[in-house]
Amino acid sequence: MKLKCSSKPAFPWFGMDIGGSLVKLVYFEPKDITAEEEQEEVENLKSIRRYLTSNTAYGKTGVRDVHLELRNLTICGRTGNLHFIRFPTAAMHRFIQMGRDKHFSSLHTTLCATGGGAYKFENDFRTMADLELLKLDELDCLIQGLLYIDSVGFNGHPECYYFENPSDTQNCIKRPCCLDNLFPMLLVNIGSGVSILAVYAKDDYKRVTGSSLGGGTFLGLCCLLTGCETFEEALEMASKGDSTNVDKLVKDIYGGDYQRFGLQGSAVASSFGHMMSKEKRESISKEDLARATLVTITNNIGSIARMCAVNEKIERVVFVGNFLRINTVSTKLLAYAMDFWSKGQLRALFLEHEGYFGAVGAFLELLKSSDDA
Amino acid sequence: MALSSGADRGSHSMDKSITLPPDEIFRNLENAKRFAIDIGGSLTKLAYYSTVQHKVAKVRSFDHSAKETEGDPLYEISVQEEITARLHFIKFENAYIETCLDFIKDHLVNTETKVIKATGGGAHKFKDLIEKKLKLKVDKEDEMTCLIKGCNFVLKNIPHEAFVYAKHADSEFRFQNTHPDIFPYLLINIGSGVSIVKVEAEDKFERIGGSSIGGGTFWGLGALLTKTKRFDELLQLASKGQHTNVDMLVKDIYGGAYGSLGLTGDLIASSFGKSATTDKEFSKEDMAKSLLHMISNDIGQLACLYAKLHNLTRVYFGGFFIRGHPVTMHTITYSINFFTKGEVQALFLRHEGYLGAIGAFLKGAEEDNPNQYSWGENYAGSSGLMSVSPELNPVQRARSGTFDMLEMDRLERQLVNLPLLQDPTSYIPDTVDLTEDVLAREYWLYCFEEALDGVVKRAIASQKDQPKAVERAEKFRQKYRHKLQTLRHQPFAYGSLTVRSLLDTREHCLNEFNFPDPYSKIKQKENDMALKYYLKVVKSVEELSWEQRQFTLVKGLLAGNVFDWGAKAVSDVLESDPEFGFEQAKLQLQERPWLVDAYNQWIERLKGPPHKCALFFVDNSGIDIILGVFPFIRELLIRGTEVVLASNSGPALNDVTNSELQILTERIAAMDPVIHTALKEDRLALVQNGSSSPCLDLSRLDKVLATVVRERGTDLVIIEGMGRAIHTNYYAMLSCESLKLAVIKNSWLAERLGGKIFSVVFKYEVPSNIREIKS
Repeated sequence: MKLKCSSKPAFPWFGMDIGGSLVKLVYFEPKDITAEEEQEEVENLKSIRRYLTSNTAYGKTGVRDVHLELRNLTICGRTGNLHFIRFPTAAMHRFIQMGRDKHFSSLHTTLCATGGGAYKFENDFRTMADLELLKLDELDCLIQGLLYIDSVGFNGHPECYYFENPSDTQNCIKRPCCLDNLFPMLLVNIGSGVSILAVYAKDDYKRVTGSSLGGGTFLGLCCLLTGCETFEEALEMASKGDSTNVDKLVKDIYGGDYQRFGLQGSAVASSFGHMMSKEKRESISKEDLARATLVTITNNIGSIARMCAVNEKIERVVFVGNFLRINTVSTKLLAYAMDFWSKGQLRALFLEHEGYFGAVGAFLELLKSSDDA
Repeated sequence: MALSSGADRGSHSMDKSITLPPDEIFRNLENAKRFAIDIGGSLTKLAYYSTVQHKVAKVRSFDHSAKETEGDPLYEISVQEEITARLHFIKFENAYIETCLDFIKDHLVNTETKVIKATGGGAHKFKDLIEKKLKLKVDKEDEMTCLIKGCNFVLKNIPHEAFVYAKHADSEFRFQNTHPDIFPYLLINIGSGVSIVKVEAEDKFERIGGSSIGGGTFWGLGALLTKTKRFDELLQLASKGQHTNVDMLVKDIYGGAYGSLGLTGDLIASSFGKSATTDKEFSKEDMAKSLLHMISNDIGQLACLYAKLHNLTRVYFGGFFIRGHPVTMHTITYSINFFTKGEVQALFLRHEGYLGAIGAFLKGAEEDNPNQYSWGENYAGSSGLMSVSPELNPVQRARSGTFDMLEMDRLERQLVNLPLLQDPTSYIPDTVDLTEDVLAREYWLYCFEEALDGVVKRAIASQKDQPKAVERAEKFRQKYRHKLQTLRHQPFAYGSLTVRSLLDTREHCLNEFNFPDPYSKIKQKENDMALKYYLKVVKSVEELSWEQRQFTLVKGLLAGNVFDWGAKAVSDVLESDPEFGFEQAKLQLQERPWLVDAYNQWIERLKGPPHKCALFFVDNSGIDIILGVFPFIRELLIRGTEVVLASNSGPALNDVTNSELQILTERIAAMDPVIHTALKEDRLALVQNGSSSPCLDLSRLDKVLATVVRERGTDLVIIEGMGRAIHTNYYAMLSCESLKLAVIKNSWLAERLGGKIFSVVFKYEVPSNIREIKS
């Protein structure tokens, strides 16, 4: 994918995606700064660059995903590294304050932002930090960002991967893959909630549906059920639990398969179905509950995605969003669900930069917008 | 998945004694056979087939070879015992299973019965108990098969079975017309999980999908989150909660709406999205509400995806999650509306809880071929739909100790649509829906209550020499009054409330207490009297000019219709002044122009070629049929039009029944050569309409009638009387010419229509396609 950039926008180059739970930030660190440039570079800019690139954690909750960093990227004639940073939306006001303290407004850059927060916090940016946001549609950004990252690859490796033998837990292996043509694809973005898009071409897509049962639901329910506090903690618990202590399976009701309808005994008949019984409620662990929550939410997303794929007649289902971060339980389950229920017709695909495409899309708009200017 | 099993509801301290005398619940056990049982997570549904012996009034012509003496009645009335088939369905809490089984065992006489069909998640749990108590072999049937069979059965046999739920509308329940073809449809059964089944024909269905997020998820997760054990209590909590405290809405993310996608700010972006924090406590109510929304929306979304994929628009919801709970019906309805933008409506069923039991019963009764008959809901023996909202009726909602019943009578005749309905799918028999029209409802309920004394008196008078008539009549009064009271609070109990349903319920209650025909003697007396004047009336008409004759015949028809014991204003006059004669009735009639007056068009039509065949739905006995209808159809016969007289199969008020009409026609034929010849040449035919109602449902008529109508090329339908032409069918669109005529014998109704009492409705309609051909 080529970007047209006749004139370069002023540094710093940022793209921001303010979601319901997380803020995703991409930052381009130019590595080809000439001595002359270095001299002209204002102190503010330098300090921002140093702050972001020399740390991997910011404050209590900000994190730089070092493993996702894209190195030696050439954009608009500049070469550098693309950094991926995230922090909770709850910390947004502290972030804006930092922007004010670091006199961000003096840098004359455009702050490209997408996600619902671009609208919600627009006024705060203006009044607290004297910053104007360039608000961008989140779905446009998501698709542009995704296509761009897929085109540049992941430091020489493919961005995209799938699972081989998804229906065989023993031999299920993650495999990178290069797709000659992504279209048409069903794009399932799992953030706090879920959005499902049918994408036919770079600029031709529609939102098929959405679901309120997403990553926010997983974490919200886990917090209530287990007292955990973070996504990482919830996933850690889930990895140790057994959902069959919580869910009622077909075999729990029929003693085996429900042959009349060809349902396997191991299929979940009722999520949390065992929890109707007091004895069972007293016998399960927090880990079991976390696992059951994860499996319930994941299977439901898989089910809706599969139905949409069939209705839209699309065979490639691409799952993105931060719910999938460090979440191999869900990615494998989704791969299995797509394969099993479609009898091999559908294929689940995943992308390494899961939740950052919206921010990348916003970043690309910055380069484009200055081009227009 | 449709697994209603679920964990056992903790047996909370509840009075295990049955509040109703068991013989009023498990009725007609003496002849009961073909038992079936459906045991769910908390409720048991029992089904059986039985025969009911009840009295019917029969008329028999005297042997006329003997010389007639003045004062001898025209025919003999005898009350005979008749045996009819009835299906009984009883629903009760699982806590009563043992008590109920004991009662059944003690009263079961029929020894042919060897097996009991069983279905439902609890069937295997109670298998041993049932086998031990009843000494019957438990034969398990597939749950889903039973459910579908039951669903097909109620959709086919119970008008107003399906409804749309609208929480904030004037009437929460909007009942649907019975569609002549019930297939294909989608059944979403929400038990502990969700099963989505596509039904294409009686025995053709397929589980096309499902979800593990169902009623068990609401119950299980709800119990964990709120420490509330019972399903009903969880729903109660949910109905009081604010989900916006727990859910992340679009406006929480955007600060407002997401305009470019048309997503409103109040839309839930992430269920439980706000609860991902440990610094806040959330109320039980709020969490329960959020959970309810999450699950309902999710199920609604899946249902829509499947409906779209399979191109289906009729989607019924059932299972314990739904089961008459206004809270879940509302959230599911909301979700379906949201996801389909109103293209698909969520439909619910009045007897949803019985589907499994009905299906299991049908499986066991296949050799009796129950599907070959038509069945009708018996309003006297059925409990009707339960209370609406938990706030209004907490006692009934809790259902403790309450037994719910459904009884269905096997109808003697198979019922079908009148082939002359313009659009059977949109035909609604009733003119006014009293569930929606509050003023009309209040008036009619009052009116029926007022008339109750008179009906009781008449019932007793009809059986002066019969045992316990007074006692039975008193029981009738209590039962019907109770029904009226129930309907005052729950007008939707038996589908849309209409004048027809009020009349039918009264007939069912009268039959229940063995008053099969309270008007038999009055009808006999009136028929007798009217016959004496027949020739005189015919002669006087014959002397008139053509124009005058037509008008006199129509006036005669209308005047005859004034004689109606069904209308209170008239029954008062008739009771106080027996001399109230035919001529006087004519004087009472409104002068032309009538309230609805298409007489001129009718006369113009009569100047044209004769009709091929006229179908006449007759009304009252006595003066109406003999001095009104017969002279009128006599003229039609002379014109060369064949006539089919359709009368009631069973008695209702003073309406002439088919067997009475047979005798009357014979007698008239004996006097009048025109009628005699017409009968002999089969140009005059008598058919029964398949009903015992003072009103008329053209979508449920005797199959024979439909055949006759088709074979004879019927091109004119005449509907006479308030019950058949005003309360019902006033707006019915037919594919041929029609006459609807009646005298409004009720001042309230007359006023509503913009007239006075004894106003005349003379409606002559020609469908537009026929009109075009003519002109």
